Amino acid sequence: MRNAAIKKLVELAEKDRNIILAVGDLGYGVLNDYRAKFPEQFFNAGICEQNMTSVAAGMALEGKTVFTYSIANFPTLRCVEQIRNDAAYHDANVKVIAVGGGFAYGSLGMSHHATEDIAIMRSLPHVTVLAPGDLSEAEAALELVYRTPGTCYLRLGKGGEPRVHLSSDNLDLRYGICLMDGTKVCLLSTGGILSEVKKAAEKLNIAGISTALYSFPMVKPLDQETLYNCAQKFDLIVTVEEHNINGGFGGAVAEVLAEMPQKKAYLRRIGLHDEYSSIVGDQAYLRNCYGMSAEKITQTVRELLGEKA
Amino acid sequence: MTTVELAYKIRRHAIEMTHASHASHIGSALSVADIIAVLYGKVMKFFPDDPKNDKRDRLILSKGHSGIAIYSALAEAGFFPIQELNRYYENGSNLSGHVSHKGVPGVELSTGSLGHGVCVACGMALAAKLDKKQHHIYAIMGDGENEEGSVWEMSLFASHNKLDNFTVIVDHNNGQAMGTCQEALGFTNLAAKWRDFGFETVECNGHSHAALEKALLTHISEKPVCVIAHTIKGKGVSFMEDNLLWHYRDPQGEFYERALKELEVGWNAQCSN
Repeated sequence: MRNAAIKKLVELAEKDRNIILAVGDLGYGVLNDYRAKFPEQFFNAGICEQNMTSVAAGMALEGKTVFTYSIANFPTLRCVEQIRNDAAYHDANVKVIAVGGGFAYGSLGMSHHATEDIAIMRSLPHVTVLAPGDLSEAEAALELVYRTPGTCYLRLGKGGEPRVHLSSDNLDLRYGICLMDGTKVCLLSTGGILSEVKKAAEKLNIAGISTALYSFPMVKPLDQETLYNCAQKFDLIVTVEEHNINGGFGGAVAEVLAEMPQKKAYLRRIGLHDEYSSIVGDQAYLRNCYGMSAEKITQTVRELLGEKA
Repeated sequence: MTTVELAYKIRRHAIEMTHASHASHIGSALSVADIIAVLYGKVMKFFPDDPKNDKRDRLILSKGHSGIAIYSALAEAGFFPIQELNRYYENGSNLSGHVSHKGVPGVELSTGSLGHGVCVACGMALAAKLDKKQHHIYAIMGDGENEEGSVWEMSLFASHNKLDNFTVIVDHNNGQAMGTCQEALGFTNLAAKWRDFGFETVECNGHSHAALEKALLTHISEKPVCVIAHTIKGKGVSFMEDNLLWHYRDPQGEFYERALKELEVGWNAQCSN
């Protein structure tokens, strides 16, 4: 996902010399191509995320479009006030990219797990929040944050994610993207967990539970119309995110559904249940431990429907 | 208008605005008044009728709590009507206690949380360098603000990138909210620290306009510049000078009358010199 987005950034930087990429001393290897091609449009801010973000805001106020790049919580939580006051409040074209959303950095430990970033970034006014679900969405998301005026947050996976959509052509990330239709259950996914959620939807359908699947790469602004329609149509809506269920994508969906005057569906959020991920393990292992693997999602849905797992 | 007259007017507005609004940060506004007067009166290029003109020099007030001093200077320079200053702190006005850019022509950046403005200014300097533009970027920060780690992140970055179009001015009045800088974290010798972090660093009397002008206009290296301006918090009003009480207190009644009187006496004395 990381490489797909950076490849797109290289394409854009070639055409727009006002694109600047700032990194917090991370990205060695991944960014070599960009760096070699555009030395004037690149700088290493050092291990200084606060200054990196403010510098990006200052450059953006002078007409640049500045991407800040680091991993996990470093470009977001570490410098959230800089994003709030310097970038977002001034509607500066600062595009924050975090690689390693959720448990992508696995055994490196909880410091490197981004599990509250969506909630925190989504709470900032004037910040667009994207968590693409696969390589195609990541390419389209990079282009979308570039074209969206103001401050944006782009949460990427790390590497090795499968491609769920065939290509990024015709993907409109501003709306919930229907990958599978159904009648009873609706799974809503954001971020790199998409491939697991898709497997779960397939399993449920095979088991005779008609299940729809939507990918929501854009968490803010959120496509309310699709949510309204889903809430009228399905019995059960389940959000899945590699993130705390509080305040994140599931929280955002809950806010919309709670304010609907009438709806059919009830909502369940799958994600991290307000805890830190202290277990040691790789991404797949942690997803399973915290109930986000295809098997666990399937099991949760079946239990919710009153079936024995 | 001479810089001395501008400084007098900034101080006078500051007393009147804090009096009328029952708000403050008067001590800090009085300590920075001469720095701002010299910048607007002598050093900086700006265009009140075209505030966003790309050739303007940029001034970022990183110590956002001295907003009244900037608002006063901008009004006196013609960016907006002087009577607008009467609306400082008022419900529904544009002039918040910490400096705000929204609806206030001439303000580059809203600040208030310390350790932000200098870093944004640094980004503006880097952008100007890349685009080979000739304007200069100034940032004024407080001395207590040096306790923010982001300031040192910035100083490494600015010197590493040889941002010689960038000047940081430290309003070194030695007063913070809870006491002196020494009492807070015991830091001493700011100039040595800035020099070590790669800035061409000069110290001067922050109330001497000649000294400030020289410090701000002299630049001998490829390095960014740090001017440590030694100032007195509450400068110009005897009972406020170096008095922690007046970090955040508004002058009322007799204090108000005396403050204005003292400023006037000081101004008259300078006029007759």
